[in-house]
Amino acid sequence: MTAMDPGPKRARRWHIAVFLAPAVLVYTAIMIFPLFATLFQSLFTRVEGQQVFVGLRNFTTLFGDPRWSASFWNALWNNTWFFIVHMLVQNPIGILLAAILSNPRLRFRGFYRTAIFIPTILSFVIVGFVWKLILSPLWGIAPSMLDMVGLRFLFGPWLGQETTALTTLALISVWQFVGIPMMLIYAALLSIPDEVIEAAECDGITGWSQFWKIQLPLVLPTIGIISILTFVGNFNAFDLVYVSQGAQAGPNYGTDLLGTFLYRTFFGFQLQLGDPNMGATIASVMFFIILIGVSIYLFLIQTRLRRYQF
Amino acid sequence: MTYPTKTQLMSASAALVLGLAAAPLMAQDVTLTIESWRNDDLSIWQNTLIPAFEAANPGIRVVFAPSAPTEYNAALNAKLEAGSAGDLITCRPFDASLALYNDGYLASLADLEGMGNFSDVAKSAWNTDDGANPFCVPMASVIHGFIYNKDAFAELGLEVPATEDEFFAVLDAIKEDGSYIPMAMGTVDQWEAATMGYQNIGPNFWKGEEGRLALIRGEQTLTDEGWVEPYRVLARWGEYLGDGFQAQTYPDSQNLFTLGRAAIYPAGSWEIALFEEQADFAMGAFPPPVRNAGDTCYISDHNDIAIGMNAATPNADAARTFLNWVASSEFASLYANALPGFFALSNEPVEMENALAQDFVSWREDCESTIRSTYAILSRGTPNLENETWNASANVINGTETPEDAAARLQSGLESWYTPAN
Repeated sequence: MTAMDPGPKRARRWHIAVFLAPAVLVYTAIMIFPLFATLFQSLFTRVEGQQVFVGLRNFTTLFGDPRWSASFWNALWNNTWFFIVHMLVQNPIGILLAAILSNPRLRFRGFYRTAIFIPTILSFVIVGFVWKLILSPLWGIAPSMLDMVGLRFLFGPWLGQETTALTTLALISVWQFVGIPMMLIYAALLSIPDEVIEAAECDGITGWSQFWKIQLPLVLPTIGIISILTFVGNFNAFDLVYVSQGAQAGPNYGTDLLGTFLYRTFFGFQLQLGDPNMGATIASVMFFIILIGVSIYLFLIQTRLRRYQF
Repeated sequence: MTYPTKTQLMSASAALVLGLAAAPLMAQDVTLTIESWRNDDLSIWQNTLIPAFEAANPGIRVVFAPSAPTEYNAALNAKLEAGSAGDLITCRPFDASLALYNDGYLASLADLEGMGNFSDVAKSAWNTDDGANPFCVPMASVIHGFIYNKDAFAELGLEVPATEDEFFAVLDAIKEDGSYIPMAMGTVDQWEAATMGYQNIGPNFWKGEEGRLALIRGEQTLTDEGWVEPYRVLARWGEYLGDGFQAQTYPDSQNLFTLGRAAIYPAGSWEIALFEEQADFAMGAFPPPVRNAGDTCYISDHNDIAIGMNAATPNADAARTFLNWVASSEFASLYANALPGFFALSNEPVEMENALAQDFVSWREDCESTIRSTYAILSRGTPNLENETWNASANVINGTETPEDAAARLQSGLESWYTPAN
């Protein structure tokens, strides 16, 4: 049947629209609409109780005013460092753990897998509180454990020092979420057919060189997905800092992420009244940062990744 | 087992519907709901205050509905905007409540009879700038000072310090002895450093109301001696605060003191009830030490809590009855004794049983009272002076910023949006 052929009239397939409707409506109501409402709100400001359209002035304030821009760049850099720590620590450890777990000779594999994954399902509130207690210079077990091995001098009030607080929080977050890359890589490693591995062994490639030359290239697309998940998660991070350092993200804004900066601005804090319009401006900038990051990944990296069909 | 017939079900549900519809008609009581951040006080309201009010005012029922302190302002604003807030609103002092009044959410109480029981200073925290429209009934103030472990002082043979030199001599003696941490305070929560540190000792340097009002009028700046010197004193505190104070939280500090491990606690009087409950040693209090013996002492006697009426309440008459009762000496006495450390603001003197609370309130006789310098007018803009003071005080005690730099930063932040009126 060609396009020119009128043919019998085809029934409109209403059921497609009907089946899509619930998801589309719910997604529109709770995702698309708020997103555009936020972008829209960032173009207004409040003057004597009225919302007044000001174009991009909120954005010029955010980037042009010395105080606003200092807070913004501080938060953005902190956020970037938070992301770097995750990429350098969480994901390599996740891959390593997955490689070890996929070794069929390892005993108690199920136990390790579960134990490492469990922190992921804990609430931020619990994780933040537990680690605050562990690292407390007064009642924490960290100083006494270091004392037992004679390394007490290494201990410091890590969450209270500007130089160490952010890295400490990033590592706590790594501890919590290392199970996610581990599980994804583990699943990817298990899906590599035995024939491929056997063929490699016939060619004399075993052990670590087998991992580097055969398994790692095959799980590279999964590592890409993990990187983008880490990126989106980190640039939306807020909970851990809020729970352990408060909305002021101390010491001296040393742990201020874009999320806490947004929270303080949008809702206000202590005597600072909330400014929903500047808050929406920051939220919009966060959205664009994540959008750009994801786009770079989708168009520049993912298209170049080689996929293997078994 | 027998199942009910359709008719039975129908009649049962009809009865249920009718019953529900009839319920409001039968109850003629008016129910007032109080919005508050004082969730610690829930049992005091439910067991002491509300029963006393309801006994005297049959027909009015009161529900105390608090939320978490850190969420209160945001939650209240959202509820007021949505029209779902309670009839009575517990008021934060100064600008947060003033903003609510200006937006029309709080009713003016200028014509409430009970307001006559309060002085202008007591009302100042909940009044329009021209003083014409008070909008919340003042409930209590809190006083800053130092609470000390009397047993520890006796053991080490220490006297209560009256001057700054004596204060540091006491701290040195405790440090040298080594069995107690000299002072329990941490900087990680920041507000401790600002509230129990800077606002506690500061009034002696900027001379209370004199300096505070001069700052508002633009006759002084935060880089003047009176405002920088307290930071220099705070900078000396660091070495007496015990190991790892940079990561010590507010509850950590409270526990250090009540467990008897620290000798001095820079305090607000609101701690009294908790400390009396938890500490098993004798406690005393002394006001912030003055620089030279015989100097006039100034204390921070900060208006902290009040209660106002939601302008949109349908039960305005009952709410006004309640507010008049809050303004009465009966309420003042019940409240001050149920919550030692929250001092009544009404003109009539209130008898208090708690000795520590009496210590605090006795300073009002010898010292000049002032409120926290950053609360009125100066925290209306961005960057917010109060919040920046938290940050600066913590930095100074941590030793990561010099007192002069901190003061200069605060002043330039304030100047960026604040122009004195005259």
